[in-house]
Amino acid sequence: MKELLITSLLGIGVLAFDILRIRKMVLGLILAALAVLVGFIVYDWNNLNLPFEQNMLIYDNFAYIALGVFAVIAFFWFILSSAYFKNHEGKTDLYALVVFSFCGAGLMAAYGNLVMLFLGVEILSIPVYVLAASKKHNVLSNESGFKYFILGSVASAVLLFGIALVYGATASFDLATISNTIMNGAHETTMLNLGVTLILTGFLFKISAAPFHIWTPDVYQGAPTWVTAYMSTLVKAAAVVALFKLFAGPFHYFVRDNGMTFGILAGATLILSNTAALLQTDVKRMLAYSSISHAGFLLAALIGNASILTVLFYLLSYSVASLIAFGVVKETQIAGEHPLTGLYRRNPVLAIAFSVALFSMAGIPPFAGFIAKYYVILQMVEAKYFTLVVIMILTSAMGAFYYLRSALGVFKHIDNAGRIVLPATVKYTYILLTLLLVGLTVAAGFLDRI
Amino acid sequence: MLTLALLTIPAVFALLIWILPQQSKRLALAGSFINLILAVVGLVALSYWKIDLLQFDSGVIGGLGMHFALEINSTSALLILLGSVILPFAIHLSSKNEERNNANFHALLMLMASAMLGAFLANDALLFYICYEVALIPIYFIILQWSKNEHRTQIVLKFFVYTLFGSLFMLMALLYVRQYAASFLINDMISAGASLSAYEQSMVFAGFFIAFAVKIPVFPFHTWQPKTYQAAPTAGTVMLAAVMLKMATYGLLRITMPLTPAASKEWAMWLCVISIVYANIVALNQRHFKLLIAYSSIAHVGMIALGILTAGTTAYNGALIEMVSHGWLALGMFYVCDMLITRYGHDDMHKMGGIRQNNATFSFLFFAIVMASVALPTTSGFVGEFLLLNSVGSRNIFMAILAGLTVIFGAVYMLRAFQTMMLGTSENAVHFSPMTSTEKFVLGIVVAGTLTLGVYPNLLLDVVQKGIELYASHI
Repeated sequence: MKELLITSLLGIGVLAFDILRIRKMVLGLILAALAVLVGFIVYDWNNLNLPFEQNMLIYDNFAYIALGVFAVIAFFWFILSSAYFKNHEGKTDLYALVVFSFCGAGLMAAYGNLVMLFLGVEILSIPVYVLAASKKHNVLSNESGFKYFILGSVASAVLLFGIALVYGATASFDLATISNTIMNGAHETTMLNLGVTLILTGFLFKISAAPFHIWTPDVYQGAPTWVTAYMSTLVKAAAVVALFKLFAGPFHYFVRDNGMTFGILAGATLILSNTAALLQTDVKRMLAYSSISHAGFLLAALIGNASILTVLFYLLSYSVASLIAFGVVKETQIAGEHPLTGLYRRNPVLAIAFSVALFSMAGIPPFAGFIAKYYVILQMVEAKYFTLVVIMILTSAMGAFYYLRSALGVFKHIDNAGRIVLPATVKYTYILLTLLLVGLTVAAGFLDRI
Repeated sequence: MLTLALLTIPAVFALLIWILPQQSKRLALAGSFINLILAVVGLVALSYWKIDLLQFDSGVIGGLGMHFALEINSTSALLILLGSVILPFAIHLSSKNEERNNANFHALLMLMASAMLGAFLANDALLFYICYEVALIPIYFIILQWSKNEHRTQIVLKFFVYTLFGSLFMLMALLYVRQYAASFLINDMISAGASLSAYEQSMVFAGFFIAFAVKIPVFPFHTWQPKTYQAAPTAGTVMLAAVMLKMATYGLLRITMPLTPAASKEWAMWLCVISIVYANIVALNQRHFKLLIAYSSIAHVGMIALGILTAGTTAYNGALIEMVSHGWLALGMFYVCDMLITRYGHDDMHKMGGIRQNNATFSFLFFAIVMASVALPTTSGFVGEFLLLNSVGSRNIFMAILAGLTVIFGAVYMLRAFQTMMLGTSENAVHFSPMTSTEKFVLGIVVAGTLTLGVYPNLLLDVVQKGIELYASHI
């Protein structure tokens, strides 16, 4: 409850700061509020009896830890993007949009009712439509926002239709009630199955899994890079968490009954995205396809009955790497056509951080990405999906190729390149995030203690 | 605790080097010598005090489902010694050649050594896999930062992706066996392996062998190797050739062979034979000395892999001796190569000649290394090759005859290289400045080492004997 209040008040606070013309302090306010949020989560940990308004929102450990991961991602996002937004005319507006969207993510972590889920998805998405188009005079950015808006709305509509059908079949929006009804044998009905399928379709769009992934590269490429970084980390993490809450919970029967279909979806996502990523020359598009391929891994985790901790670990490690990668792309974008070439000479910190981030995404030990993938693969092996495991491992090898191809560019020599100077906070945040990718591996050893 | 110290000391010193970059050379040498002493202590403890195993086990790490388990046994002891011996030389080479960012180079070498020692020490298959992969990352940065080759990014891409791709097959095999095993501990995995059908064992073996074949390298997975050796700075090449590829042969010996006793290995053995013959033929045509060593290295390690695949006490003895000997001689060879490159600026043998006229000492030391490399009796090369060929011959005489060509062909191209570079007259010879005392010292040690092992191989064989019997009992 406190968690919901603090995030929504923060959004209003940011707008108030704008009205009061004390814009310089906005970033400090946001970071402080996020830190307080994490503090509340730690304080409320294991304090499970906090249902809110007839189980509309349920703050249990699941919600806390998911929210904690979101807060950490958001915290680093705000620090890294600060240099870019510093001189932006509409800085506070954009910040307010991000904070509101973060509120939506908070709802998606804690919903106990399908209505709250839908509200969460919309609150999360609508600000991002605006953010994607926030470079007003750039055609690509407009295209990106427009595409995302149209397709996102269709997906939301499909999701809503699915929710309506599930309501029709079970006479409830409440997850616990739905769960009970299904256990008593309601899943025989076509209406329920159709509803669940439509909800799944909506989610597949949101997490950009095949066959609903086509929008991702265009939107990721066109949107301002910091917005892309936000989309590929927080938006994706929230969608995946909401998906798991539903399909590892009340709709678990659907995954169990349709294991083959899910396997094909995950396999197709992995193969299509990795093949396409091999062909990309633009690093942002490559990262977009890589984001799709990680969605494939997460879908596989769903079939393998992976625990939510596994999924959150995956999301956190991917998000940290993704923040670094998109961040470095942004820092170098001013330079022109091949911005990453020769980066090592221009700023070694960024070059090493970028390499490590891509190593982690490729799943090379000792970085967190390896442990994340390893967990998922281990669960798949235990669930006896060996064919899918082979696909996952082979596509990882393809991934290693295109990640390294990009990462190697930073070590090429180019003449007369100016140095890139970063503010000290941003520089140390990159170093911290890079170390975090190693630190998470060590932390993984203690994951079962939670 | 000894095992844990061996693993962590290089890593800790790497961190120290980054904290105190001014003192990097001293710190690196200090760290590597401490490690060397520990490795020798481990070896002595193992062979004379009869402490069967020097172990460390953290218990199961719940989140990962693996043990952080380390062990010095008689198989790994020699390779740990090898790694610890080579490290100071690599550090010496890097400080000798590279002025730029020397501290980073030292730190990366230390990290690489830590990962490789980790692979030799690991008593848990997953830990072995992780260390096996981690060792790639320092060499990635070493080649990219210090290579003078203009195609280095392509070379690194090929090297890295190839090795990574190969090791993913090992991961698949490991996970497959893990389904039937109590844990990732190597002994548990081995006992689980026995319950697999022959077909399953063959598949698991194939997974492992592809991973190791890329790293060793065995034809047709070898294409990354010559160029990578050529592009890497000499310190990196020494680490790659002398120690890193031994992780693969060690893995084959320690994990794969006991794990898959019933697998059909004939195809893999033929690949090794092809690899030996092919590498020798290609080596005949090289005019660059570094490439020549690279190809001759493929032939030698192909021999080691072939020997291990034939299974048996003799073969394992021979393989271990040959691994140590090959690592040691690779150091000597690449050191000589480095001396030539620093003096001439290239390693094209046709543009050299007559070095013996004014550098008789160098010529003599080099000759001794060449002789050891072509396996002349009384050198370490002979002991290993003899035992390996003996074992291969008792299994399949035709393979032994083909593989035996390695010795003859090796003699041809090695002696010809010696002849072109050292004998005759050439106006280039005058440019070869006299050896420094350090260079004399390093080459002297290499020659002394190989002769000692050649004359009295039991120095190492005794240590190995007991452990080998242990592993052979699984076959």
